[in-house]
Amino acid sequence: MKIAVCIKQVPNSEARLRLSRDGKWLDEEDLPFIVNESDEYALEEGLRLAERTGGEVVVFSLGPERVRDALRKALALGAARAVHLADPAFAGGDALATGRALAAALAREAFDLVLTGSQSDDAGFGATGSVIAGHLGWPHVWLVMGVELEPPEGKPASAKVTREMESGVNEVSRVSLPAVLEIQAGINHPRYASLKGIMQAKKKEIAVVSPGDLGLDPAVLGAAGSRLEVLSVAFPEAGKGAQMIAGDAKTAAAALVDKLRQEARVL
Amino acid sequence: MAEQDGQPGRSRRLWVVPQLREGRVTRVSWETLAAARSLAASLRGSAGSAASIRIEAVLLGSGLEAAARELAQRDLAAVLVADHPALTAYTPGAWIGVLAPAIAAERPDYVLFPHTYQTVDFVPRLAQRAGTGLLPEVTGFSAPAAAAGSDGEPAGDGLVWTRPVLGGKLQARVRVRGAGTVLVSVQSGSFPANSTAPTAPTAPAAAGVPAPGATAAPAADVEIKALPVDPSTARPDREVLGYQEATAQQVDLTKAGIIVAVGRGVGGADKLGPIEELARALGAEIGASRPVIDSGWLPRERQIGSSGQTVSPRLYIAAGISGAIQHLVGMKGSAVIVAINKDPSAPIFSVARYGLVGDLHELVPALTAAIKAAQG
Repeated sequence: MKIAVCIKQVPNSEARLRLSRDGKWLDEEDLPFIVNESDEYALEEGLRLAERTGGEVVVFSLGPERVRDALRKALALGAARAVHLADPAFAGGDALATGRALAAALAREAFDLVLTGSQSDDAGFGATGSVIAGHLGWPHVWLVMGVELEPPEGKPASAKVTREMESGVNEVSRVSLPAVLEIQAGINHPRYASLKGIMQAKKKEIAVVSPGDLGLDPAVLGAAGSRLEVLSVAFPEAGKGAQMIAGDAKTAAAALVDKLRQEARVL
Repeated sequence: MAEQDGQPGRSRRLWVVPQLREGRVTRVSWETLAAARSLAASLRGSAGSAASIRIEAVLLGSGLEAAARELAQRDLAAVLVADHPALTAYTPGAWIGVLAPAIAAERPDYVLFPHTYQTVDFVPRLAQRAGTGLLPEVTGFSAPAAAAGSDGEPAGDGLVWTRPVLGGKLQARVRVRGAGTVLVSVQSGSFPANSTAPTAPTAPAAAGVPAPGATAAPAADVEIKALPVDPSTARPDREVLGYQEATAQQVDLTKAGIIVAVGRGVGGADKLGPIEELARALGAEIGASRPVIDSGWLPRERQIGSSGQTVSPRLYIAAGISGAIQHLVGMKGSAVIVAINKDPSAPIFSVARYGLVGDLHELVPALTAAIKAAQG
């Protein structure tokens, strides 16, 4: 079974964040980047399904040069090879433009299954996988918490998919393959890269594709091909609405308990 | 395209697609209708009073009489109803198969959806199919006058929308360029639903006459129109086999008076001891944000947020929780929220009444000691 996994490299939001000079995004100098959380789960799910069916995983990512680190990490974890949509024309796209580019790259090979994370931890559209599915004309499921191939070995024809809904209820449905499944964090326990895997990854191929390779006009890609435009970003006002209680731990704790008893009257 | 954006007097159509639960319109759907009313008021303000703005609700499903009647009591220009056995169970294929042709034929300016898991499941693909713009998870917008940018590029109606990015650590201001329908999903809690209360049955307006604006005289008898459903295009693309409880729910956090909730900031399952001591001192239940559950530090039955339990205790202490929107929707109804976080710009502080910035591994034991001291 041939499986594609799309991953995104995102800023590590635990790091100290500074805004860029134009105020439209973060200052990326010294900003650490990581593989998007739900994409790590998607990759793990892809590797498991490939191992079970004797197939392989090809990992895709769109972004600048630094994205090679994310692809290299996926190769170290067990992906067979990688495809990097690296051209600046791909940059700054909304979910529709990014999905269009990825779908065109995916359509160049015959995959049985495409996996993505459910949502990026930066833009948070939760849309790219479904847009890819629309372009490919395949069924999709968003927020997937379980995948069972049918039949479980060999070449599957369909998948029984558990989708998370609100309020702790899951929907179980069957989709025909090929399909796009958008994987929710928590579906599995992602593995760690082995030293052997890291060494092998250095020899694996990262193919670079341009809009021309995909037969796509740059005008429909990236920022140029997007109707959504970010004008600015801002931190929420620190402690807006909250009374901030200062002091060392002991002083602050005592002041808080006092307020909870005397002011809020909840203790 | 005969009509031009921004032309004074141009009539506009706003669609709201409510989601139903057991046949009833959900709260976040009423909030979405409130967002549409607010949007109509803004567009009307910028386009001049001659502009007519129709707000129409679009219902999909099977056996929708009650929901359609419920909506018809609100001040709407029309309720469009796609009521068909093929729409008994939600699937993206069926929903898109109805909405994509309807959007192509009717060309509404905006289609507003409540930002729910079902919406995220199908609306991006609807945008791809129908060739519309897509604007997910908005929490607000500002009217054109207040939003005039420094660059001169025309931006449709000039609206500037806000939406969270980086899990709510930043707020982005975005606009939609170009002409044509835009699909928007509205985050819960962003627009108060009470502004859409049923209108009093006063002077009846003629059915089908465009409502002159957001705050127009209420229509007692809103037109209910059938939306065509072609079962050959509105086809399920997944076979729904059933529904199951995600977890055997043994802990009912909704009944707890006090909850001590932990986030990723606690650092590991082996560091939960002081949290448990604080909970014991307060007689509180322990809850957690999603990353803690996904890491296996606490069982899923303790998850609070959009995919866990929704709680509203009298006291909620959030320790090491940054406050992603998925967590906030599950706890912001708490009477008093205390946030403990090392990052002073963490979004959790925006919903908290009291905030403590610092290392939770120092603050939590100190708080436990202070509570015990106060209890004597």
